[in-house]
Amino acid sequence: MNLSISLTVNGQQRVIELDDPRTTLLDLLRERLDLTGTKKGCDRGQCGACTILADGKRINSCLALALSYDGADLVTIEGVANGDTLHPVQAAFIAHDGFQCGFCTPGQIMSAIGLIAEGQAGDDPERIREGLSGNLCRCGAYNGIVEAVLEAQAHSTGAKTRDAA
Amino acid sequence: MKSFDYVRAASLDQAVAAAAEPGSVYLAAGTNLLDLMKAGAARPDRLVDITHLPELDRIEHLSDGSVRIGALVRNSTLAYDRDFAGAYPAVAEALLSGASAQLRNAATVGGNLMQRTRCAYFYDPASACNKRMPGSGCDARAGENRLHAVLGWSEACIATHPSDFCVPLVALDAVVEVTGRSGKREIALEAFYRLPGEAPDRENELEPGDLITAVRLPAEARSFAAHARYLKLRERTSYAFAIVSAAAALRLEDGAIRQARLALGGVAAKPWRTRAAEAILIGAKPRAEIFQKAAHAALAEAKPSGDNRFKIDLARKILVRALAEAASGTPSRVPALPGSPFSSVPGALHDA
Repeated sequence: MNLSISLTVNGQQRVIELDDPRTTLLDLLRERLDLTGTKKGCDRGQCGACTILADGKRINSCLALALSYDGADLVTIEGVANGDTLHPVQAAFIAHDGFQCGFCTPGQIMSAIGLIAEGQAGDDPERIREGLSGNLCRCGAYNGIVEAVLEAQAHSTGAKTRDAA
Repeated sequence: MKSFDYVRAASLDQAVAAAAEPGSVYLAAGTNLLDLMKAGAARPDRLVDITHLPELDRIEHLSDGSVRIGALVRNSTLAYDRDFAGAYPAVAEALLSGASAQLRNAATVGGNLMQRTRCAYFYDPASACNKRMPGSGCDARAGENRLHAVLGWSEACIATHPSDFCVPLVALDAVVEVTGRSGKREIALEAFYRLPGEAPDRENELEPGDLITAVRLPAEARSFAAHARYLKLRERTSYAFAIVSAAAALRLEDGAIRQARLALGGVAAKPWRTRAAEAILIGAKPRAEIFQKAAHAALAEAKPSGDNRFKIDLARKILVRALAEAASGTPSRVPALPGSPFSSVPGALHDA
């Protein structure tokens, strides 16, 4: 059985030989590609720490069998900044004090990027909270995260911010 | 996780042949299957990956007014499809009330139909469970069972079916398209699921190798679009399975109910269609008293399977609430917390 898969990871083509069909995308990223920004929290799809974008959509990489994603385009937290220029969502997280501890923050940022791309949250904080409900941590940074998403979303859509509305 | 062989199916025939072998299961997104495998509750010898099969990821609005949803359509794709959500708003609302955005982006329509119960004893290989290991007993029966079934359960099993999506689908007469060793066939979703009886491990009408290829809603299902809701009660207002849920769809004419479709979730081993309650509503004015009467009929056969008598009353209440919300009209937008009766903030989906 050929267990070779081809992936685009943060813009780079990768051909990977898998020695075990049980490998999840999460384990592949962390253990094989040394992309340890994606975190293993619950490993059961409940905490969101392992959130990445697959073909533009946020998913839990812990519940994704790597073999199944042959040919996919993946983006991890390591791939969102442009060199030294932070992604607007990263910058907004800093500006609004949305950084949690290092464990949950990467997944929260990837989830926020996915949420904005989905275009369903609008400028409604309750809808943003619902949109981020797959990221379990609700520490003190959470209000900052919602503010950061509001700001980043306003920039991405050209819409008015709540303050300006 | 136990090791397994991996087969990537290149054609339907190949998939069916591989999956018909003992110990094989289909893999779509795997959002439930991999979780069960990590828990040790599922121990397949072979995964037959169908995610690369062509043509199963389409939403087709057919000329006869029906819609055909391919088994590999992702939950979020279907929920955010404007044509679909406009025509079947309760289904979109149910989809968006289930799981989290990350899971909905991966989970598939066919996989949703095949997801297993969330009974903690089923998930825990150290517990006795007739569904996971036939004949081993049922630890839920005398265990932590406040969330277990109140309808259709047996001494062998009191687990509930976890899906939100399937509840309005059953109410709207969805049909499952299946391809198996003897060709194609169709099964009404309501008849697709089995009640536990003496064999709770046999959950549906699928035979070895049978693959769900699509789910179809008949043209008539569109006629409820103006008066349809799915409401869900859970222990937190987001990202949790239903304690109880209800899909209610009405067709009103001249101020009276001409047709009614009702189904409950979280109460039984299958999405629970309640025709006795539907019959009570036909011809009546949409008023609180008749909704109460229908809800009592819907739960007339209910009995606790453990510490869960409260679910019977809760199911009546969520049904009355869903009927009242449906009668007052489908909102033009899905609420911010889809499926939650507590949400008052409008959202942005149903309007075309």
